[in-house]
This record gives sequence, structure tokens and C-alpha cells, in this order.
Amino acid sequence: MGKTFAEKVLARKSGQPEVVPGQIVIVQPDHLLTHDNTAAIVGKIKGDLEQFGVARPDMPVIVLDHVIPAASEKTATNHQTARSFVSAHKLPNFFDVGTGVCHQVIVEKGLAMPGSVIVGSDSHTCSYGALGVFSTGIDRTEAAALLLRGETWLRVPETIKITLTGKLKPPVSAKDLVLSIIGDIGADGASYSAVEFHGNIGSLSVEERFTIANMGVEMGAKIAAFPVDDIAKKYFASIGIKESDYDAVWADDDAAYLKELTYDMGKIEPVVALPHTVDNVKPVGEVKGIEMRQFLLGTCTNGRLGDLEAAADILEGKTVAEGARLLVLPASRDVFEAALERGVITRLSRAGGLVLPPGCGPCLGAHQGALAPGERCLSTANRNFKGRMGCKEAEIYLASPQTVAASAIHGKLVDPRKEVTA
Amino acid sequence: MKVWKYGDDINTDMLFPGKYTYSCSTAEEIKPHLLEDLDPEFSGNVAEEDIVFAGKNFGCGSSREQPVVGLKAVGVQAIVAKSFARIFYRAAINQGLLLVECADAVDAYKEGDEVQLDAEAGQVKVGDQTFSFPKLPPEILAIRNAGGLLPYTREALKKTKA
Repeated sequence: MGKTFAEKVLARKSGQPEVVPGQIVIVQPDHLLTHDNTAAIVGKIKGDLEQFGVARPDMPVIVLDHVIPAASEKTATNHQTARSFVSAHKLPNFFDVGTGVCHQVIVEKGLAMPGSVIVGSDSHTCSYGALGVFSTGIDRTEAAALLLRGETWLRVPETIKITLTGKLKPPVSAKDLVLSIIGDIGADGASYSAVEFHGNIGSLSVEERFTIANMGVEMGAKIAAFPVDDIAKKYFASIGIKESDYDAVWADDDAAYLKELTYDMGKIEPVVALPHTVDNVKPVGEVKGIEMRQFLLGTCTNGRLGDLEAAADILEGKTVAEGARLLVLPASRDVFEAALERGVITRLSRAGGLVLPPGCGPCLGAHQGALAPGERCLSTANRNFKGRMGCKEAEIYLASPQTVAASAIHGKLVDPRKEVTA
Repeated sequence: MKVWKYGDDINTDMLFPGKYTYSCSTAEEIKPHLLEDLDPEFSGNVAEEDIVFAGKNFGCGSSREQPVVGLKAVGVQAIVAKSFARIFYRAAINQGLLLVECADAVDAYKEGDEVQLDAEAGQVKVGDQTFSFPKLPPEILAIRNAGGLLPYTREALKKTKA
């Protein structure tokens, strides 16, 4: 019997010939990702750090991204605590305010390698499955224990195999595909499980794979993984990583799965997740016309160059509707600079977009771009929970960059296919 | 002992709003905001030994551990749910908070039923019905029994570095 991606990676990392679902294994993760919560994490173990130190200084990857630049004395002090921790323990993998969202930065800096195990005290750590990484979210306390010990336990997950056939028809995008899957299987449809994507993967760019893997946790998945094909290898080459630098892993053809699903990408249409759960998904056509005040383009789900460019193309020669606002949140400084060089930022700005510093910003409601009671926001982010953008009497709708751009022109939800042909 | 009953997909923003994640991290700071957007009655009235009942996918969403830290700090005895989201489940082990995954017990519960928990035996009694729930593997139970992951880790480090 063959093995799944998760079984192979966890067997290798735990030094065993093979592992089976349900088994508990001890692993030393290649990296531990923390962000602004580093301050709270090290606060739990101040005395322990003095006594025992950091077990593996090359393991932590710290990216300040959640409330940047600091919004208050409290958040500034958190950043200061993180910086002091980094310098006291001489940690090599630190990225200060302005580098970008942790899930984009860890990849751009070549720290998310195929076949490796990464845990992070952020639920969207599952994103790097896009590049064949076994990556998953953990809580702050576990991150603290990992700093001290350098190892943790993982349960070997069962795996759901999703085979993708056909091709997406632009302006239908990867966001529509993943929202459709979540709408079908539910917010707990892949609970405790690994999800593997098979089939016509070659028709999806690395950016599109990130959008899909990023949303893995929204279906309850532990990881959401793609094979490392020529497109992924080309991406690694573009950031200076050679094929000989990593050892990619993928499932055997005869691996055993908990469930197998098939999606014809050619049949996916623009969809939107309505408040207040990510699995409350409807075709845009069924709910078009809902008025929106704020539009959020970007985040770790859809804040990459291709996302911004697709939106700029739709907004070309047009402007954001009166009374509405469009916030643009590039996923990183590298993305921002690439978008600047290609004129994408200028185009978005001329259409009325307000460009924010590359970080998490409005997505979690901690500062910039909060909503007022009664307002609705159409967002390319990954979560629409009640209160998420700072106000429990506001509503958040999730959609693709294309749908957000087309809708921003009208100040209401519209099908991007209409805007593109108009 | 009071039972607090909620529905499916109770997410981390309902348990502890994201806008507080970088301003509240200690138990005392967390307590007043617990379940703020779900049940405004909760934080002022919850007492030691209370139990939370809920539907499927409890704790879905963010990796923030404040809901677990807060529920443990106010003395909640256990959360009985049809299922839990995985990061929340792990966070509960790490804080030493008992989670009981038992859909039958949740379905059986009616308002006013007396609830008794026996973690050792893996049993929950709802009214006059008794239900079994799976116990954690021994290596994981050891973490919860040590009072959570940090006490457990400190013990382990003392042994290896002594």
C-alpha cells in the first residue's frame, strides 16, 4: 500500500520507516513561525529562556506583520519585546515591520522548503502546502514550548484527495474554486485531515495555489498540499533556490484516502461567502446587488502580484463608486515593489484605491480599515466571522480579487464576468 | 454548576474578538471579553465548575489561545461538543482544559439536565443517561495531567539538562 504526502513527510521527520494515520509522532519542525505574538509567547517563558535558552536558534522565523506600523504604545512595546528577544538570542530569521505578511515573507525568503515541516502560531500557516511543505497552525503556548525544547508531537492525519480537472475560466479564479469546495464540504469538512490536490495542477500558478492552501484551515484541514511540479520548481529558481537544495515529497498513486473528491475547474463560477461563516457560499449571481461600503483587496490569501494585477485590469479606466472605499493590501514589500514597477499600484491608486503598508491590517480588525455598525465589506481575505473587522454589527463578504474589483466600481456586489465583457 | 449551551461553528472571534488579540494576553485581561460577541451574559456570570456545551467545529478559526486561557482561568470544568477545530483542541491540551468530544451527549442535553463528568473513566452523565467519550493517548494525556504544556516542558527540560 502506498503512502500519502503527510505519511511520507512525518515518517521521514520522525525517523521511522513508516507511519499510519492516528499515530502520534515526535518531530523537530524545520521552522517555527511567530509574528507580533512573539511578545506574548516569550512573556510566558522569560525565566525559562534565561535558564535554558532557545533550543534551536535557526528554527524560529519571526515576522512583525499583524499591527504594523504599531498602532499604540502597547503594540509598539510588543514589537520592541520581539526585537529584544531576537537580538538577545541571536536569532537569524527575523523580519521587521514592513517586510510583509509572515505567510508571504517566509516563502519569499526561501525558508519554506518542500518536504519540510513548519508549525506556526497563526492558523494560516497551512499556506506553504502550496509548495509541498507540511505546515500547520499551533497555539502560542506550544510555540513557547517549542522555543525551549525544539520538538513537539503531531498526530499523523488521514488524507482527503481532491482531484482538479479542466481549467478555470478567467475572471473566475482560484478563490472561487476554494470557496466552492468549502461551501460544499463545510467549515469542518476536512477536520483533523490533510488535503492533497491532484490532477490538472499545472493550470494553476504558484500564487493561485497559495490562495487555495491558505484557505485549508477554513475547511478545518491540518495541511493543504500541492505537488512540487515544474511550475513550483521555476518559482524556487526565481528566488534563488536550486532543485538540489530541497527534497520534495509527494503521495504514491496507490495511497489510501479517507475521501476522494473531484472538481471540474471549468464549471466553477464566481462565488461569495456570505456572513458570518466561510462555508456560507453562494454564486455571486444569486446575491448580486448587495451594497458594500468597503472593499479589501489583498491579504495573505489574495495579496500577490497576480491578484493585484487582475484587479487593476478590471478597474482600468474606471473608478471606485462614490461613497465606497477600496483598500489595497499587498502581501509583502517584494509584492509591493513588483506591483510598483509594473505600474499596478499607480493604476489601483488612480482608480481610487488606498494602498496600505504590507501587513495584516484590516483583516483582523486590530487597527486600519475597521468597519462601522451597519457597514458591509467585500474582501479577498480568508475569514468573514462576526466582529472580525472590529465591529460585530458589520458584515464581511469574501470573494476573489476580480469580484472585489468589479464590485468596487459599482459599490455593490456584481459578477466580474459582466464587468470584463462590458 | 451551570451549563452554557451554544450551537455549531462557534469561532474564535465569537469566543474572543480579534481586535483584542494584541492588547490582552493575561487571564485577567482576557476574562471581561470572553464570549463577548456570542453571549454578553457569559463573562459576568460564569462560575467555577461550569460546563460549556456546543455543536460541531467548536473553536474554529484563528490560532489565538485567549479563549482557552480565559475559559480555563474562569474555572470552566470542560467543554462538551460534537467536534472541535484542531488548533483549539491542541490549545486546550496545552492549557490543561478538558474537552469532551461526544455528539450523543450534546444531542441528549435538555435545559435543566444535571451534568456530571468523569474524565478518568471517560464518561459524561446527562440527566439519567451516561455516554462514553474517547480518552487521549497516554503521551498526550501526560501533558494535560501535568497541568499543561509549559509545566510538562519544564519537567522534561529539568530531566534532560540536569
